[in-house]
Amino acid sequence: MKILEVSNLKKYYHTPTEEILALDNISFDVNEGEFISIVGPSGCGKSTILSILSNLIDKSSGEITINNKSIAYMLQSDSLLPFLTILDNCLIGLKVTKKLTEENKNYVINLLNTYGLGDFLYKYPSSLSGGMRQRVALIRTLAVKPDILLLDEATSALDYQSSLIISEDIYNILKKENKTLIMVTHDISLAISMSDRVIVLSKRPSVVKNIYEINLNNKSTPINNRKDKEFSKYYEMIWRDLDVHI
Amino acid sequence: MYTYSLEHTNYLKKIRRDKIIVFTFRFLIISLFLITWEVLAGLGIINTFLFSSPSKIINTLINNKDLFKHIGVTLYEVFISFSLTTILGILISTIMWKHNLFSKVIDPYITIINSLPKVALGPLIIIWVGASTNSIIVMALTISLFATIINIYTGFISVDRNYITMLKSFNASKLDIYRYVIIPSNIVNIISTLKINISMSLIGVIMGELLVSKAGLGYLIMYGSQVFNLDLVISSIFILGIISYIMYFILDRVSKKLTIYS
Repeated sequence: MKILEVSNLKKYYHTPTEEILALDNISFDVNEGEFISIVGPSGCGKSTILSILSNLIDKSSGEITINNKSIAYMLQSDSLLPFLTILDNCLIGLKVTKKLTEENKNYVINLLNTYGLGDFLYKYPSSLSGGMRQRVALIRTLAVKPDILLLDEATSALDYQSSLIISEDIYNILKKENKTLIMVTHDISLAISMSDRVIVLSKRPSVVKNIYEINLNNKSTPINNRKDKEFSKYYEMIWRDLDVHI
Repeated sequence: MYTYSLEHTNYLKKIRRDKIIVFTFRFLIISLFLITWEVLAGLGIINTFLFSSPSKIINTLINNKDLFKHIGVTLYEVFISFSLTTILGILISTIMWKHNLFSKVIDPYITIINSLPKVALGPLIIIWVGASTNSIIVMALTISLFATIINIYTGFISVDRNYITMLKSFNASKLDIYRYVIIPSNIVNIISTLKINISMSLIGVIMGELLVSKAGLGYLIMYGSQVFNLDLVISSIFILGIISYIMYFILDRVSKKLTIYS
């Protein structure tokens, strides 16, 4: 079932000296429970799409249809507030949206316990590693029980091993919580290993260059998917699409 | 009972030793200063009429029956101007933070007023407000308020953009952002601004008292110098030192309680 539809999305950025077309007629749709990745050259406007979907910025034109589903956005930086405990950090979204009930609080505590942060409820962010901080940021985003999760380069600030592990975590958590995922990344491997479909954008002004349905032989979790025989085939196709020159 | 390793015990010892050294030297410096002063005065090497002496200061402090009244007046004025500066400073900074255009409009005026030598405004303030406690408080305000606004407002707008975007992603209102991010991120900045404020308010009040008042430590200093009672002048300065130290000490304690915000 389609739960989100984007059609002919356009976005201009305005500066005193010029008007920059960032997104040019972007169209795609997302099915319930699907994991979608958006890849593209840096500066092409990938994150802009997420910012528009989450109402942080306005679109210039185009249609976005969301069928009564709630969206939450996990940003690139974990942005944990250093003066709040881990638990309070995770509750901030509920406080802001005025949905802080005893039940929702218990839901968050449960998530923290389930995902290995039970000992850190009343600790402060400075006592966590980068990977753990990212997991807290994920739980903070899940706390408001969104149907669709937007993820912006969630692992890019981490070292390679941590980023593999955290992407595995995110994958498992989201599958288990039955979420739909739209993520933005510059990492082709991550995109293929995590998603059902990969949307490739061109340089600015961005258009959708290709949408790949990822059909691996044995679809599994991200780390295992990387070992799949079909993996490199998709990698090469997307690499060619991106047309990377240094 | 848990026993520490030798290394940890030594570490604790070192901390304690450092504390003792700092305290001893602080104490030594002030005692050495007072003793030398007293001895030099006693031996007649310095003129006690001009430079007074610790024993004469103590004498003055004990025998001046009105002293506490004057201390009270000064403290009262400092308290009022300090509170007004704090409230107005935070309030105006908040309005500036909330209304970007407003802050752009008044920014140059605040900078200009802040860099004016406030003593120059003294005579005007006395004429406008009258030779009363009010003009002392107004003078203290002109000294401390604008610097306070600049400090606090700068703190407000330097909060990490990512925190704000994170809250906005939950559709947070401006009030939410203010409550959950701006204020808590600025506790340390506000406290350290208040620390500076205390001394600024004291400077403003004393300046005001020198110019207009009939009571207060600034008045005592002025009066003392006019009748060549330099014991009184130096005693008043001595008390001012103690007052500013106590006020600083209190705020320092408060700020240490709030270390989680740093």
